[in-house]
Amino acid sequence: MLGHGSGGKLTRQLICDVFLPAFDNPVLGGMDDQAVLPSPKGKLAFTTDSFVVTPHFFPGGDIGKLAVCGTANDLAMCGARPLHLSASFILEEGLPIEDLRRVADSMRHECEGLGVHIVAGDTKVVPRGACDGLYLSTSGIGELGHGHTISCSGARPGDQILFSGTAGDHGIAVMAAREGIEFETELKSDCAAVWPLVRVLLEKRIEVHAMRDPTRGGVAGVLKEIAESSSVCIRVREAELPVRAEVRAACEMLGLDVLFVPNEGMFVAFVAPHDAERALHLMRAHPLGRNAQIVGEVLAAPAGSVYLRARAGGTRIVDLLPGEMLPRIC
Amino acid sequence: MKYLDEYRDEAPIRRTAQEIKRIASRRWRVMEVCGGQTHSILRNGIHQLLEGSVEFLHGPGCPVCVTPISFIDRAIAIAGQPGVTLCSYGDMLRVPGSRESLLSARAGGADVRTVYSPLDALLLAQRQPDRKVVFFAVGFETTAPANAMAVLQARRLGISNFLVLSAMVLVPPAIRALLATPEVGVDGFLGPGHVCSVAGSSDYEAIAQDFRVPFVITGFEPLDLMEGVLRLVRQLEAGETCVVNQYSRSVRAAGNLRARQAMNEVLVPEDREWRGIGVIPGSGLTVSPEYRAHDALAAYGMGLPAAEEGNGCIAGLILQGLRKPADCPAFGKNCSPEHPMGATMVSSEGACAAYFAYPSVSPDSLQEVRS
Repeated sequence: MLGHGSGGKLTRQLICDVFLPAFDNPVLGGMDDQAVLPSPKGKLAFTTDSFVVTPHFFPGGDIGKLAVCGTANDLAMCGARPLHLSASFILEEGLPIEDLRRVADSMRHECEGLGVHIVAGDTKVVPRGACDGLYLSTSGIGELGHGHTISCSGARPGDQILFSGTAGDHGIAVMAAREGIEFETELKSDCAAVWPLVRVLLEKRIEVHAMRDPTRGGVAGVLKEIAESSSVCIRVREAELPVRAEVRAACEMLGLDVLFVPNEGMFVAFVAPHDAERALHLMRAHPLGRNAQIVGEVLAAPAGSVYLRARAGGTRIVDLLPGEMLPRIC
Repeated sequence: MKYLDEYRDEAPIRRTAQEIKRIASRRWRVMEVCGGQTHSILRNGIHQLLEGSVEFLHGPGCPVCVTPISFIDRAIAIAGQPGVTLCSYGDMLRVPGSRESLLSARAGGADVRTVYSPLDALLLAQRQPDRKVVFFAVGFETTAPANAMAVLQARRLGISNFLVLSAMVLVPPAIRALLATPEVGVDGFLGPGHVCSVAGSSDYEAIAQDFRVPFVITGFEPLDLMEGVLRLVRQLEAGETCVVNQYSRSVRAAGNLRARQAMNEVLVPEDREWRGIGVIPGSGLTVSPEYRAHDALAAYGMGLPAAEEGNGCIAGLILQGLRKPADCPAFGKNCSPEHPMGATMVSSEGACAAYFAYPSVSPDSLQEVRS
């Protein structure tokens, strides 16, 4: 009901019944309007993200898991260990409380796995029709414990490009769930927090120059961003990019290019050439990187470009999508 | 993946390309009719591998591109009627009409949905009997049977609120119109594999005889396309003008009889305007009078407003293989997939959009890192 966002008794009831039990920690339990946190010694990373996915529950995840993993992954991509999150809920009047409990439980589960806490939050309820059931915003603070900078602008000529898994899993799984398209095998989102794998690379002193998780815009989108930010040329080999057979089949059927289909639990890492094989070995030894592959390399010029060597032997330029990816007619 | 991986393997593709280069005594001008083939040629760099031996001319086979502006304007007008849900394939949404696109109409509040099949639209009509569900039926012989089947199914189930706005067109009349144009210099055609899977090859036999030009009905994978070109070049070198079927795993000479029956039951040919080209006699498919109850044009007024394709766009010349996208001064500057000025830039299968999406490069132009 709208009253659950009024700031009155119903709001308190919602917080006490749903959020406090799920996100149980002393900072949140203090019920202050802010979280007072110990200050780490090193640099901090700070990020924020919003989640509006439909449906809220999909094979392999849900909007809550997505929010925790997505924000934690944004921190991990600069090598930061996620420490604290905030969560802000916009709820549509009429959303079943049971759905909200499921989302909150899912968030708790992911936070426990990462060793992070949701230390601040907010809830608003909007009239029926004003939002699509549930919107969720999360912000996160992370701690940088390593020496060198990992950034979108850090890729260098000679770097090898590693991809930690299979392209397009999340986008295809959500699309199939949303559109009610059924395939013989169940498509599952790859939604996961990648910090445990990133931590391994950093602890083993792999020289990582840039990392990015290919969410919106897919692998092509992040490669283009890194090429531009780092003023380098990127060359990838289509044949080396791992794609699950069921995802490939779905893309073929729907007329989508897997290069642009999002992941939510994979990342690309630009690694110094002398560390590439070791990084690949470490990735493949970890459950989050079992399908990792070296997919390309960084060249000096032309700066800002991404070249793809097609499986058939030709080479083409890859650019950002002009807009929403629309399925082709035939 | 069976029937995919073996057609994408680089080694046989390169071998076939070498064979084409070996036997070609001159640079042959080959037109692929189908937009899906255009897309595949550029995406896989097939044209690069045949540089010097084959020049690809891109034909009018992108159904989204050739749908006239007047139809898009009509679809938008229908979508704006109270109580109407308009369903469309995804790539029609971005195509600009004379003032806006279905995408911007949706942003303005019209109930426009993306579907993957006309049966999705039929299901929607069944679920919301209080609304009219209009399916914007765009496409060639490939998609026409499914659209016709949806109408048949609607009648069988008594779903009277399901209507079709038919912008469907036929390939053979367009090829005939092309070949009747003196300036069009096509040596041979790659026939549209999916269209022929439905329609068979007899229309193409007749065209090959009438115009003395060879056809190879070809699939869409890189190796399909290479093999199609090889068989075409062999014919051209030998002076033959036959119809050869490279895509035998999908195409039979008679086509798909059940699909054709459904088409013939529900749809009738009519003269139709092609965006960028003009009216081609007998090239359109419209809902037959027998199924008028499911004809959106009948329900919402027959008149299609004439809409001008202004702005100096040369899409019509490109669709006929008379010009290449790079010949257009607006290409990539004033005209891009975000702001298309004309037919060939509006869909990912249009020649201009495909050139824009897949600019080809010579691997030698890359400045290698010296470590």
